[in-house]
Amino acid sequence: MHALPPAPAPAPRRQLFVGTAIACAAGALLYGTMTAMYLRFRDEAITTGQEWRPKSAIVPEVATNIMWISFLAIFVFAQWAVYAARREHRTYVGLALGLVAIVALAVINGQAFTYFQMNLGVADGTYQLLFYGLTGTFVALMIIGLVFTLVATFRYLGGRTRDREILSAHAMYWYFMGAVYTVLWFVVYVTK
Amino acid sequence: MTTIDPHLAAAETATDRSGGALATVAAWLTTSDHKVIGRLYIAASLLVMLGVGVIAGLLGIERIDGSSDLLDAGALPQLFSLYRVGLTFGVVAPLALGLAVAVVPLQLGAKSLALPRAAAAGFWAWLLGTVLVIVSIAANGGPGGGNADMVDLFLVAHIVLVLGLATTAGSVATSIFTTRAPGMNMRRVPLFSWGALVSALGMVLVLPVLVGTLVLLGLDHHYARTTFGGNYGILDWAGFAFTQPVTFLYALPVFGFAAEAVATATRKRLPMRGFAFIGIGLVGTAVFAGAAQTQADLPRDVLRQGFGGFLGDVLPFLVLEALPVLGPVILLGVLGLALKSGRPRLSAAFVAGFLGAGMVFTGMVGNLLYQIGDAQLAGTVFEEAAWLYVCYGLVLGAIGAVTYWGPKLTGRLIDDKKSLPLVGLAFIATVLAALPYYIAGFAKQPAAATQFDYSGPESLWNVASTAGHFLMVLTVAAFIGLAAQSFRSGKPAGDDPFDGQTLEWATSSPPPADNFAELHVISSPEPLLDLKPAASAPEGNS
Repeated sequence: MHALPPAPAPAPRRQLFVGTAIACAAGALLYGTMTAMYLRFRDEAITTGQEWRPKSAIVPEVATNIMWISFLAIFVFAQWAVYAARREHRTYVGLALGLVAIVALAVINGQAFTYFQMNLGVADGTYQLLFYGLTGTFVALMIIGLVFTLVATFRYLGGRTRDREILSAHAMYWYFMGAVYTVLWFVVYVTK
Repeated sequence: MTTIDPHLAAAETATDRSGGALATVAAWLTTSDHKVIGRLYIAASLLVMLGVGVIAGLLGIERIDGSSDLLDAGALPQLFSLYRVGLTFGVVAPLALGLAVAVVPLQLGAKSLALPRAAAAGFWAWLLGTVLVIVSIAANGGPGGGNADMVDLFLVAHIVLVLGLATTAGSVATSIFTTRAPGMNMRRVPLFSWGALVSALGMVLVLPVLVGTLVLLGLDHHYARTTFGGNYGILDWAGFAFTQPVTFLYALPVFGFAAEAVATATRKRLPMRGFAFIGIGLVGTAVFAGAAQTQADLPRDVLRQGFGGFLGDVLPFLVLEALPVLGPVILLGVLGLALKSGRPRLSAAFVAGFLGAGMVFTGMVGNLLYQIGDAQLAGTVFEEAAWLYVCYGLVLGAIGAVTYWGPKLTGRLIDDKKSLPLVGLAFIATVLAALPYYIAGFAKQPAAATQFDYSGPESLWNVASTAGHFLMVLTVAAFIGLAAQSFRSGKPAGDDPFDGQTLEWATSSPPPADNFAELHVISSPEPLLDLKPAASAPEGNS
C-alpha cells in the first residue's frame, strides 16, 4: 500500500442531479431526432406538392394548448417541492409532488383525448406515422416522469427527508419535459 | 497509512462469494459492484467477438470464390448485417465501456461507480438485446430479412441493446463528474478516464439519435412500410451508427489507455499532458456526424467549384471528418515525445496500447480518404477496411488493457510473456483482415458483395482478409483461455506490479468492495509518482 495522505469524506457531488441532467441531454437528442424527421418529411411533402396532413385530421387546439399550460403548473409544483423540502415542510412536499402527479396524469389524458379526436390510423400515411411516433414517445417520457415523481414521493415521505437532491433532479426532469412538449406543440399542433 | 486493511476486506468478499454456481449467478444479477459489472461486460463482449469473427471469416471464404455454396445466398445480407452490428455493438462499444466501468472508479479514487444499478441494468439490457438481435437475424430478420415478425424483433432488440449501452455510458460519465477524489480536478483526471468520459458523453448523445430513428423505423415496418423503406431501409437510416466517424467514439478509450501504458512503460510523467487531453477530446468531435446522422464527403473536382461551393463542401468535411483525425495526430505526437524522453519497458500493455491506438488511427485516416470523392472509393470494401481497423484496433488495445488492469479485476497477474505473443498475433490479425481491403478498395471490389470481377489478384486479398479474421478469433480464444487460467490460478499480484502512476495502484489487488480503505488527497495527475523517489521532476503537470 502506498501511504497517501488521507482526506476527509468529500461532500456529495449530486450524482442523481448530474445523472438526470445527462439523461435529459440524451432525451433531447432522442426527441430532436424524431422532430427533425417530422420536419424533413413535411418539407418533402410540401415541396413536391403532396398532401401532408389529411384534411380530416383536425387538431383539438383547446386540449393541446391546455396541455401546454399544464406544464407551467407542473413547473411550479415541482419547484415548490424543492422549496418546501429546503424548509423541511414535509406535508407541503407531499402535496406538491401529488399535484405534479395529478397534472401529469391530466396531460397524458389530454394526449389520449387528442388521439380520440383526431382519429388517425397509424398505417394511413407518413404524417400519421410520424404523428404517433412523436406523440407516443412523448407519452412514454411522461410515464417515466410519473414514475420518477412516485419514487421521489415514496422516498421523501418514507423518511429520507435529507435527500433533497432527488427533488431537484425531479424538477429538472419536468423542466425538460416542458421543453419537449413546447417543441411538440409548436411543430405538430401549431405549425402542423 | 490506512485505517482498514483492504487485503482483509478483499478476502472477506471472496469468502462471501463461495456458494455455488447459482449463488454466483444471483450475485451477478443483483450486483452493484462496478468491478463485477465491468468484468461481465468484458467477458460477454469477448465471447461475442468469437462468434462475430467466425461469421466474418465465413463471409470472407464466400468472397474468395463467389460461386461457393458454403452459405445460403439468401442469408448473405443478414450475415453481413450481423457482422456489422455484432462487431460494433456486440464487441467494440461494450468492450470499451466494460473497461471503463471496471477501471474508472479506481482511477478516480472513488468508492463506487455513480448510479451503479443503472450501469448493471444497462449491462443486462445490452445482453438481452444482443441475444435477441442474434436470434432475430438467425430467424431471417434483421435488415433485408424476409420474416416480418423477426424484423420487428430485430428493431426492438436493437433499441433495448442501445438503451443499455447508453445507460451504462451515462453512469460512467456521471462518475467522472461527481466521484473524483479530493484534489482531483478535471485537469488531473487520468487519461484513460478522460478518454472514457469523452467516449461516454459521445455515446450518450449519439445513441439516442439511433434510438429515435429505430423507433420510427419500427413503427413504419410494423404498421405501414411506406415511409422508411421497410426492412430494406434499415441500413440506410440507421447505418450511420455503425460506420465511421461514429465508431471512433466507441473505440476512443484505446487512446487514453495507450497514453497511460506509455507513461507507465517509460516510468515518466507524460510531457505536454494538456495536448494529450486536447487530442483525445478532438476525437470526440465525431459526435457531430452522429448527431447529424450524416457523413460529409468531399465531392469530385471540388477545387474547380466556386468559392461558395468550395466552402459549402469543404467546411462540413473538415468539421465532421477531418477534425476527429487531428486528435490522434496530436496524441501520437505527445506519445512520441514521451518515448523519446525515456526508454520503455516492452510489456504486453505497452505494445498493445501503442499498436491498438495506431490501428484505430489507421482506420481513421482511411475513412478520411474514403470520403474524398476524387479517390473514387465510394461503395467499395475500403470502408469496411477502415471500420475493421477501428474495431480490431480496439480489441487489440483491450487485450493489453485486460493484461494491465487484470490484477485490479481479479488479484492475479496474466503472464506478460504469454500475453505479449498474443498481442503480436492480434496485431498481425488486424493488419491481415483490414489491409487487403484497403488495396481491394482501390481495385473497386464492391462492399458487402460476394460476386465481383476486377483486375488484380482478387482471391489473394480475400484469402488474406479471411485468414486475418480467423487468426483474430484464435487469438481472442487463446487470450480468454490465458486470462481464465491466470485469474484462477495465476501468480498473485502485488498492489502495484507495474510501477503505476494513478490511484488504482494505491489499493489492494483485487480492491475491497468499497475500493479504498480511505480517501486520498490528490495534488498531481500522477499521485503515486509523487511518492516514488525515482520519479522525474514535475513539469508543470500539477
